[in-house]
Amino acid sequence: MYKYDEYDQQMVDTRVAEFRDQVRRRLAGDLTEDQFKPLRLQNGLYLQLHAYMLRVAVPYGTLNSAQMTLLGDIADKYDRGYGHFTTRQNIQYNWIKLEDTPDILAELAKVEMHAIQTSGNCIRNISSDQFAGAAADEIVDPRPYAELLRQWSSFHPEFLVLPRKFKIAVIASETDRAAMRLHDIGIKMVKNDAGEIGAQFYAGGGMGRTPMIAPLIREFVPLDQLITFSEACLRVYNRYGRRDNKYKARIKILVHELGRDEYVRQVEEEFAHLLTQPIEPPLAELERIKAHFTAPAYETAASDDLDLTDPDFRLWVERNTHAHKQAGYVIATVSLKPVGGIPGDATADQIRLMAQLAKDYSFDELRVTHAQNIVFPHVRKADLYTVWQALDEAGLATANLDTVGDIIACPGLDYCSLANARSIPVAQKISERFGSAQRQAEIGELKLKISGCINACGHHHAGHIGILGVDKKGLENYQLLFGGSEGADTSLAKIIGPGFTEDGVVDAIEKATEVYLANKEGEERFLDTYRRIGMDPFKEAIYG
Amino acid sequence: MKILTGNDLKTGAVIWWTGVGWSLDVNESADVGEHGAALVAREEGAQHAVAAYVVDGEKTAEGIRPAHIKERIRALGPTVRLDLTPKASDPAAADWVI
Amino acid sequence: MVEVQFRFRDDETVNDPAVTVDSFSEQSNASAVRIEPGDDARDLLPYLDRLSLVEVSFPAWTDGRGYSSARLLREAGYQGEMRAVGDLVIDMLSHLKRCGFDAFAPDKALNEQDARNAFDRWDNVYQATVVDGRPAIWAKRHPA
Repeated sequence: MYKYDEYDQQMVDTRVAEFRDQVRRRLAGDLTEDQFKPLRLQNGLYLQLHAYMLRVAVPYGTLNSAQMTLLGDIADKYDRGYGHFTTRQNIQYNWIKLEDTPDILAELAKVEMHAIQTSGNCIRNISSDQFAGAAADEIVDPRPYAELLRQWSSFHPEFLVLPRKFKIAVIASETDRAAMRLHDIGIKMVKNDAGEIGAQFYAGGGMGRTPMIAPLIREFVPLDQLITFSEACLRVYNRYGRRDNKYKARIKILVHELGRDEYVRQVEEEFAHLLTQPIEPPLAELERIKAHFTAPAYETAASDDLDLTDPDFRLWVERNTHAHKQAGYVIATVSLKPVGGIPGDATADQIRLMAQLAKDYSFDELRVTHAQNIVFPHVRKADLYTVWQALDEAGLATANLDTVGDIIACPGLDYCSLANARSIPVAQKISERFGSAQRQAEIGELKLKISGCINACGHHHAGHIGILGVDKKGLENYQLLFGGSEGADTSLAKIIGPGFTEDGVVDAIEKATEVYLANKEGEERFLDTYRRIGMDPFKEAIYG
Repeated sequence: MKILTGNDLKTGAVIWWTGVGWSLDVNESADVGEHGAALVAREEGAQHAVAAYVVDGEKTAEGIRPAHIKERIRALGPTVRLDLTPKASDPAAADWVI
Repeated sequence: MVEVQFRFRDDETVNDPAVTVDSFSEQSNASAVRIEPGDDARDLLPYLDRLSLVEVSFPAWTDGRGYSSARLLREAGYQGEMRAVGDLVIDMLSHLKRCGFDAFAPDKALNEQDARNAFDRWDNVYQATVVDGRPAIWAKRHPA
């Protein structure tokens, strides 16, 4: 994975010094809260419901065991012994003190980590496929391109005060595991007819209150124009994105209001102009970065045999592992969704244990997924049982990936000052209701996503089943949505009818799964059956 | 009654205005009446509190209870981590917010 | 008239009254213009040779349109003074400079030392904006 050189290290060290100075000026009264807030947000520091919250960047979701270990240590030393992995493949801490923050950032910088641009109206942490570099179906590893974009977007002077936040995802597989078209810019690495690698650009996607699926804006951007084209997309947005209404300020509204064709025309015009400016790094820079992402030293004759006599292990292998491009290896996903647990939370000890296992059994590498789980990307099949046993002992071997128990949930009103309703208790009740492994297996793949307000941090628009928490005259109320998907078949979920209480929504989901099981044909997933039979049979069962 | 809440500038902790200073305990909240806005301006200016605002509350047998669930959760802590709240030993603590 | 607090030019300070972008094309004797966030800076491209002062207004520092306005005028070859005016904050000074600003007239005077520190904060930069003349880190990694 990528290793900082002296320049990268100097950039994060300088940022720590800058933020230390900003905190000093804030505490000395030289900066008011109104002045300080945008500055602290650009460094991932929020003021939440109970305390400051610090969001630490995990660029494109990749980290090594030293970094992961430190994330656990920070949870112990500066927080309350746990961290929360987020849908942007980052981690956040809920109980941070402002006065400690510069020291935390200094510790992070020592392991090449930071909190730069994890919030604020700027280009955010760039997300990617959690299986990058390991997936059997990728055409290239997308991470070098994400790293090139990370450096370009870090402190880009023209794009630090955009109309609104800006999220970029880079993938390189047909199977989209990163919700690419629900990003402000989605980039898919592709091969053209001449066999050259380039980037396909989508723009104007997003969730939030007005969900949109990004349209394709360019089939193929050559690798030596990647930064220039990105810069053109951003400049048009910075100049013309709406600033009169924060709820209409995302690029999706600009693309929608201008129309895709007019946005494309403006971008192409700006692109033609920017091509005259020497702003594009040489391909040698991309090659330098790529050299950090070479395949690990796999054992070439690793056995594909796996002893599945232990039924619990077998279930976990079936549910939580994926094919690796290297024979004898698998990709293993650690579910952070134990039955009745808090989605995405891990204790300091669990974080350090995962770090150690990655060091011993996954070439020192881990990934954070947008579904709030952790991945060991390169596990030798011969080691898998040992890994599973260690996970099981630490309460980390829940075999529920992509099932009804593997719920994405935002922190909701338990932690978030923007939320209208709690998300976590709903997730807990659902995972308990469907707690039996047999029940989960019967229902199969069912992506359930919960947001505690219309900002949609819990991706409810993209859930096969989505839940949206609202405030109904001071009481928590939950709307139910069906039919969303974030994959290659991206679609937006639709509200099925009037909302429910917390218990009511759990009952309604149970009824929906019964309708699915009664109507399911062949290997259909919940989503497939829903798409085939439509909403009516579900509404009838739920409201009838 | 009108009560005033905010966060401690340095630590971020949720605090409640007692009439003379700030407390971590909602039950020590004072009724700020019509003086909320002036207090917010003064206390934020004095670098003690940040993001302060006034909410409705009522005195109950169990103490002072903010009118809206959001501030009740602020007063208690996360309902899903009662171990981290002042009512860590009360398994029914979460009921207080609903 | 707001005072210019920081200036990185050797020529005389220009004090011509700045006119709006809309009226600039009709006022053939005007040599100074003021760009508001909603103005299209490209409307000025035909007149660059008679301009000696461009003021870019920041009614709120969180509105970043002025960064693009300044940079694209520089990209088009404008050499005169580019003055940032309005709600300027210390922490954005070096970024403004990187987009081509060379004069700074904040509404309220900034702490001199903090501002100097901010201008000098970044020894290296990840991007080539070209208009600030600074080599990007990638250029240093791959000397021609």
